[in-house]
Amino acid sequence: MIDPALGTLAIELAYWQETLIKVGVVAALVPTAALILGYVFLLKMMSFMQSRLGPMDAGPFGILQLVADGAKFLQKEDIFPARADKWVFAMAPIVVLVSTMLVYVLIPVGPDLVGEAVDTGVFLALAVSSISVIGILMAGWSSANKYSLIGGMRAAGQLIAYELPLVLAVVGVVIQAGTLNLQGIVAAQATGEIFGWGGIGSPFILTQFVGFFIFMIAVQAELTQTPFDMPVAESEIVGGYQVEYTGFRFLTFFLAEFGTAFAFAGLAAVLFLGGWWVPGFEIDSPWLNVLGPIVMFIKIMAVSFFIFWFRFTYPRFREDQLQALAWKVLIPLSLANIVVTGVLKVVF
Amino acid sequence: MSEFLRSYLTIAIFGGLAVVLIGIILGAGRLLRPTRAQDQKYLTYESGADAVGDEWSQTQVRYYIFALLFVLFDVEAVFIFPWATRLEEYGMFGLIEMAIFIFILALGLLYAWRKKVLRWV
Repeated sequence: MIDPALGTLAIELAYWQETLIKVGVVAALVPTAALILGYVFLLKMMSFMQSRLGPMDAGPFGILQLVADGAKFLQKEDIFPARADKWVFAMAPIVVLVSTMLVYVLIPVGPDLVGEAVDTGVFLALAVSSISVIGILMAGWSSANKYSLIGGMRAAGQLIAYELPLVLAVVGVVIQAGTLNLQGIVAAQATGEIFGWGGIGSPFILTQFVGFFIFMIAVQAELTQTPFDMPVAESEIVGGYQVEYTGFRFLTFFLAEFGTAFAFAGLAAVLFLGGWWVPGFEIDSPWLNVLGPIVMFIKIMAVSFFIFWFRFTYPRFREDQLQALAWKVLIPLSLANIVVTGVLKVVF
Repeated sequence: MSEFLRSYLTIAIFGGLAVVLIGIILGAGRLLRPTRAQDQKYLTYESGADAVGDEWSQTQVRYYIFALLFVLFDVEAVFIFPWATRLEEYGMFGLIEMAIFIFILALGLLYAWRKKVLRWV
């Protein structure tokens, strides 16, 4: 579709054609991303950290294990508990997965490769990603199960507590970039300079390391990854809001969890690690449409590595410790970060 | 239609088509999966024992004050974002304005903290 030598789109597409292609690409990307993260980190990295091999039978090195699992889930009976609120029960996984897919539309992987570069980019991305909490609460309540209800309530309490540090940590980046547009944020990092040296631009992780730190902790909590996995804690409430789900509806929650991990890693890469820009290229160079996705993939895998490393390393928090960490440490810290960033921006 | 509205239209179309796509996949699964109705399958799961009491049992929502605080702070975040994009134009004036705003909010958080509502009861 893109010819780097000409520097233009070789084919002009009508609006509806373009939209249809984008929908197709993102719809294929979400399960692929979930499979990659699930295989590389959940199956293989965790196994190696625990001195075992992990799945080895389905395909070379067990690479098709999750595909086989998915095919198995599709053949499982779709059970609605007799006491459940059927309509809400059926819609909950769809709400969660749609919220994940909408984040993908907003994340740019090249100068022209973005679902839609809206002006409110980062704000909209954070907003649509938090819709998933409604889906989780729907699942927890409609199952008419005590475990599910407790799980849904825990999820809601946790996600509202960590939504704030997540949003406030990003404000520092927005102050520095002067725009909410994700493409603008990438451009601001590419044209930035470190004490007058512009060789690698100025990734915001250098100036916003406090913001990055808060952002990653909040992401860990938003994803309900292990130090913060009380909503699905197997040893306490069996599986939380997922208890009554079977077959493909259960798989939808899995896809959404890992798909969102990939999306948030992508958001972290765009906001703090320079996004798709490669040092040495002009910001609008057409070559970046080819190199950008590769660079983004490497950065996303690097960020995901840390997310899953923490997941496999730390034990679970207690519910009160979780709330105390958000309200007494992260929120004051992120407010201070905003003020300090603002002062430095105006003074220098 | 303006560029501005069109970009949001794409996202709206996108959300609609995503719902349809997931619906199609769930519907396609219907062709593959068996349906063998048995009453026991539809009982509420409570680790194997028979379900006790009403399934929609009352739960103490321990964090409703956190939820109230969350609403305040989230609205505050909505105010901070537009300010953050335009800080360069506002300069010192905007900085002092926002410093006062954040100071008052931080005072509110401190008050809640001193009042011991930031405690898991």
